[in-house]
Amino acid sequence: MSESEGYSAAAEVGAVRMRRSWRERAWIELKKAPFTAWLGLVIILAYVFVAIFAPWLAPYGEADAQFGAYEPWSGAHVFGTDQIGRDILSRLIYGARNTIGIALATTLLAFLIGGSLALVAAISRGWIDQVLSRAVDVLISIPSLIFALMLLSIYGSTTLSLIVIIAVLDSTRVFRLGRAVAMNVVVMDYVEAARLRGEGLGWIMRREILPNIMPPLVAEFGLRFCFVFLTIAALSFLGVGIQPPTADWGSMVRENASLIQFAQFDLRAGITPLLPAAAIAILTIAVNFVVDWFLMKTSGLRDEP
Amino acid sequence: MSSDTPEHPQHGEVLLTMRGVVIDGFADERWHEIIRGVDLTLHKGEVLGLIGESGAGKSTLGLAAMGFARPGCRISGGEIVFDGIDLVAASERRKQRLRGSRIAYVAQSAAAAFNPAHTLLEQTVEATLRHGLRGRAEAEADARALYAAMDLPDPEHIGDRFPHQVSGGQLQRAMTAMAMAARPDLIIFDEPTTALDVTTQVNVLAAMRRAIEQFDTAAIYITHDLAVVAQMADRIKVLRYGEEVEEAPTEEMLRAPKHPYTRSLWAVRSLQKPGQTSSDLVLEIDGVTAAYGTVDVLHDVSIGLPRGKTVALVGESGSGKSTAARVVTGLLPPRRGEVRFDGTALPADLKGRTKEQKRRIQMIYQMADTAMNPRQTVREIIGRPIAFYHGLRGREVERRVERLLEQIELDGSFADRLPGELSGGQKQRICIARALAAEPEVIICDEVTSALDQIVQEGILKLLMRLQEDHGLSYIFITHDIATVEAIADEVVVMLEGRVVEQGLKEEIFAPPHPEYTELLLSSVPEMEAGWLERAIARRQGGAVADRLAEGGRDLPSPG
Repeated sequence: MSESEGYSAAAEVGAVRMRRSWRERAWIELKKAPFTAWLGLVIILAYVFVAIFAPWLAPYGEADAQFGAYEPWSGAHVFGTDQIGRDILSRLIYGARNTIGIALATTLLAFLIGGSLALVAAISRGWIDQVLSRAVDVLISIPSLIFALMLLSIYGSTTLSLIVIIAVLDSTRVFRLGRAVAMNVVVMDYVEAARLRGEGLGWIMRREILPNIMPPLVAEFGLRFCFVFLTIAALSFLGVGIQPPTADWGSMVRENASLIQFAQFDLRAGITPLLPAAAIAILTIAVNFVVDWFLMKTSGLRDEP
Repeated sequence: MSSDTPEHPQHGEVLLTMRGVVIDGFADERWHEIIRGVDLTLHKGEVLGLIGESGAGKSTLGLAAMGFARPGCRISGGEIVFDGIDLVAASERRKQRLRGSRIAYVAQSAAAAFNPAHTLLEQTVEATLRHGLRGRAEAEADARALYAAMDLPDPEHIGDRFPHQVSGGQLQRAMTAMAMAARPDLIIFDEPTTALDVTTQVNVLAAMRRAIEQFDTAAIYITHDLAVVAQMADRIKVLRYGEEVEEAPTEEMLRAPKHPYTRSLWAVRSLQKPGQTSSDLVLEIDGVTAAYGTVDVLHDVSIGLPRGKTVALVGESGSGKSTAARVVTGLLPPRRGEVRFDGTALPADLKGRTKEQKRRIQMIYQMADTAMNPRQTVREIIGRPIAFYHGLRGREVERRVERLLEQIELDGSFADRLPGELSGGQKQRICIARALAAEPEVIICDEVTSALDQIVQEGILKLLMRLQEDHGLSYIFITHDIATVEAIADEVVVMLEGRVVEQGLKEEIFAPPHPEYTELLLSSVPEMEAGWLERAIARRQGGAVADRLAEGGRDLPSPG
């Protein structure tokens, strides 16, 4: 290296990375992902596949009650039939569509509400932040399942009210996380620079802050989805969630719960009510696997080389 | 191990030798060499200055002298021998016994190195007691003697204070006293005065030097400031890219640096331009008093900015320089007074200002890292003001971005990069381009060069001066570095404790007679010649402001 040549800004070395499309980058990351993350991804994709193609996959209709009640496992009814003679396998398949779809819609709504309020609070500070934060404190101090039960009995158990009520209650958690991470970004000089330039609230939220707080929010999305999913299942189990004849895993556990006492005569009958429960558990675990991997990657936690 | 090298007859036997030391760091999934085979010899009682720019490997090499590698680093080659002990091969236990008793380390941030929950005295004697060198009473008496030697006020009782109860300069001296407590053979100073104000730095340097001489301790003094190292070191070693550039006794190195790289380091401080003024003021700060909460931090401040000229705001941290900038930008509406632009008063609050008023005043920050959104490409960062203020779209924005990149001496290929892919100097250039994109009339530069290496600083200052000529820009240049002022300013405003001490043409301010504070500030700037420190200390004896500021401008709270 010759020292005598003059200083040139362009020649200074920066850590330049190769440009890759997001697809290439995603593939490279996936190849390095641990086994559990792969397993989680495969399971989630399988669930999504089943949910989308439910009408083609299910042997019978969702509410097709033309068979005998509590029929045992057989070639015609792989997992038997339920208390009013509907095919359990078909209801499991349709249940994926209903339960996952509603949980996803709820989580999205929760993030829309909680996330945008969090950003508004973090950017505006002052009394807006105070009012929002205290309101969230009040909501969060009430046990959410009991609060949801109360609200559902007031507004009735329609799918819409289910989605809105759970989304509002869960948005409080999203608000807290979103506000905390956004606070760290708001104090950056580039946000001040945008403010000095005269940018509006919307631009600062979307362009300056949101891209920088995505990783924790995405991880939270996964976890929130699990909680929402479990809440809906719990509410359905209690009878105020998704209403019949719509197939749903939570209510399927409840409806077939009594079959478990026949396990001493026919083991397979005893397993039947556990099938929807297992469907819930496996999806929750799979999502957690993926979230763990994602958190590990973005938070920079890694084993020392 | 007791061979006297002929060229250093004044020092005793060899204390530390490093031969072909190689240190690797782990990044991007593989090992990189940070230190590439450096040799180093240190004699008893000798001070070696290690200089180089950030990333040159100074601190890594300094830590290696203790046989220590930071997490994520490893010593992969060469030998390090301290007083006959092979530190590369020595067990962790053995090295632990050496650290704190025979080798001590003084870090840049004393505030971070002290435990806030214990008094200074407890922490000063801790290592001595832990290593069983002395009894408690004896150790405490010795600590007080060290405080006195470090020229700390009230040495008998200052040890009862907690770290937050003393000023930064005092804390740094207490840390040196702590390092001295076990009478180590070697102290490693890692940029110990970089975080201090220039007026405080002089006292700390003097105290450190005295202590080193008194106890005949060998030291490795790591810094990027040539003038400081000239005061402290017997020999200077220049590092770059983890390799030695050259090494020579201080006098010789200052007089006749051999290597072109070293010479370029020396040359930076020669940048200078004559100050000019004009009576046409583009911006006036008139009688501004501003407060954070209920505490006034600016008192009746009036500053004028001549069109097309540079006004430098100088003063120590806490003197109100940055607050003045916040008032101008509208982030902090003043309690009294106003800011006039082209003779018309600007609305005090940013919200009240029009887009056009905002466009005409732009700002460049000290930390270019945090001033750019890490998720936006250079194209988006520079392109936004163009689209926002001038309403341009698509191809037209592209063309302007390219032209701006040219103006800041980078090429079009930089447009696709993210901030993380730029060097420090390049980042600051992009920030300049972003300010320029608005086509402003006034740019506020808040310590824009202080986080950069010397050579890069020079490049940035030259760029700013050229842009000033090309575009007729006016700068408010906030800095605590007098060398930077010499280089770029037309007028100088000296600030102290929220008040303007004086404003005037650079040459007038820098020529005697000065108000007392200006004198102190100017005399505190280290000069690149041996013996400056003694003269500076001698000069400042007895000044009232000096006495007040010597302890960080703070009245010491009484403990308890």
